[in-house]
Amino acid sequence: MKLFDTFKNGIGKENPVFIQLLGMCPTLAVTTTATDGMAMGLATTSVLLGSNLVISLFRKVIPDKIRIPAFIVVIATFVTLIGMFMHAYAMSLYKSLGLFIPLIVVNCLILGRAESFASNNKPVKALADGLGMGIGFTLALTILGIVREVLGAGSVFGFELFGEAFKPAIVMILPPGAFLALGVLLGIINWIGQKKANNA
Amino acid sequence: MMGGLEMENKLIASSSPHLRSDETISRIMLDVLIALLPATLASVYFFRFNAIKLIVLAVGASVLTELVIQKLLKKPVTINDYSAAVTGLLLAFNIPASAPWWIPVIGSMFAIAIVKHAFGGLGHNFMNPALAARAMLLASWPVIMTSWVTTGADAVTTPTPLAIMGGEASGATMPTLTNIMVGNIGGCLGETSAIALIIGGIYLLYRKVITWRIPFTYIATVAVLTLLLDGGFSAMTYHLFAGGLMLGAFYMATDYSSSPVTPKGQIIFGVGCGVITTVIRLYGGYPEGVSYSILLMNVAAPIIDKYTSPKVFGEVKQNA
Repeated sequence: MKLFDTFKNGIGKENPVFIQLLGMCPTLAVTTTATDGMAMGLATTSVLLGSNLVISLFRKVIPDKIRIPAFIVVIATFVTLIGMFMHAYAMSLYKSLGLFIPLIVVNCLILGRAESFASNNKPVKALADGLGMGIGFTLALTILGIVREVLGAGSVFGFELFGEAFKPAIVMILPPGAFLALGVLLGIINWIGQKKANNA
Repeated sequence: MMGGLEMENKLIASSSPHLRSDETISRIMLDVLIALLPATLASVYFFRFNAIKLIVLAVGASVLTELVIQKLLKKPVTINDYSAAVTGLLLAFNIPASAPWWIPVIGSMFAIAIVKHAFGGLGHNFMNPALAARAMLLASWPVIMTSWVTTGADAVTTPTPLAIMGGEASGATMPTLTNIMVGNIGGCLGETSAIALIIGGIYLLYRKVITWRIPFTYIATVAVLTLLLDGGFSAMTYHLFAGGLMLGAFYMATDYSSSPVTPKGQIIFGVGCGVITTVIRLYGGYPEGVSYSILLMNVAAPIIDKYTSPKVFGEVKQNA
């Protein structure tokens, strides 16, 4: 049961994007379409799973003083793997995510989980945490991507939603749209959270 | 309990403020609406039904959005203070006459819901809501927001005077200065008639709704810089009276909550607006820079206030 709680934590109560506001760079930059947002979320999830597992396995071996560089080396290895994998099997995604694939290395969500969770928990628990956090991140990026794509391009996952008459608000797929959409989503989520807290 | 006689001799001091002025939000906003009346009439005269349609939609959507948001958030409903109406009218002034009906509606909803109420409502917005909405509309629908039409019933597509000056519209001839002053030119609803805007601005100054500092320094900075950098007196007059400078300087930059409060800060604010406007007009990618310059200085206003607020007497330097 505890393992499931760890997993659930990342999706809801400690959602990396909506609650912890971690990994803002990919959150804002690649959520121009639902597909890109979801792909970035899944790539980050796989890296998170790998790095959480390896760091948890090596947690007693890694010297405390150089733990950050050690974590980064582990994370960078998995990011390189994912990058090559996408290059080989998902060329169009690889192209549209571009620079943001290698930048997963510096996603503070991954380093944050390594530092605060994987480095002092057992491998199975670390995996559950990585999976939960990864799914929470993917969900958040997909939601943001859907909102921005619908408003900014009139489609979702590439499917046209409205007819010719619909004039999409281009601003939503430009950088300001990322801040607007995220801000409003955070506002709504906090509002719901407050309502729940008041009712309880 | 003390006796009644003793009570009469006591001076009762209530908590401050002791001097109350009759300045209320609704009076100030009503003054702004009165000041905008000449420009409104001018825009209706020049753009006919299109102007009426856009103004009614923008004002109506603003007031309605304010009502809905305040009901939703269970806050006191303040649509009677005219502030939402002012935002709507200013937004309508920032829209080209040929825009479709949903442009002012979406713009007003954005201005009131996101820019004004998401940040705490009247007095808490860090940017001018109407201008932020204009920036959003311009980024979203650049073609609609930059297709200008001629005045009158014909409404033929035409470039704005500033676009002609910037060399973006080759072959078009510059309208005469008289036409620019009166407003018989292509442009947004409210940026066309300089005279009507100046009359309203003088009324606001007379009613002490705004001070001279921001509008005067803003306009003077643009005047001096364009005189020096853009080839003399005639270019300067066009820069002053064409485009949205008068609208921006008198009605947008002077927004209380998004401009500095200190006198020195207001002067810095005006000069900053003027410099950015001139730089965008002469060297930037857009023919018009008033809206972006005010938005940029809006964001700088807190820091300007911080460095220009007077020292409190007897203040002890904090040891960090």
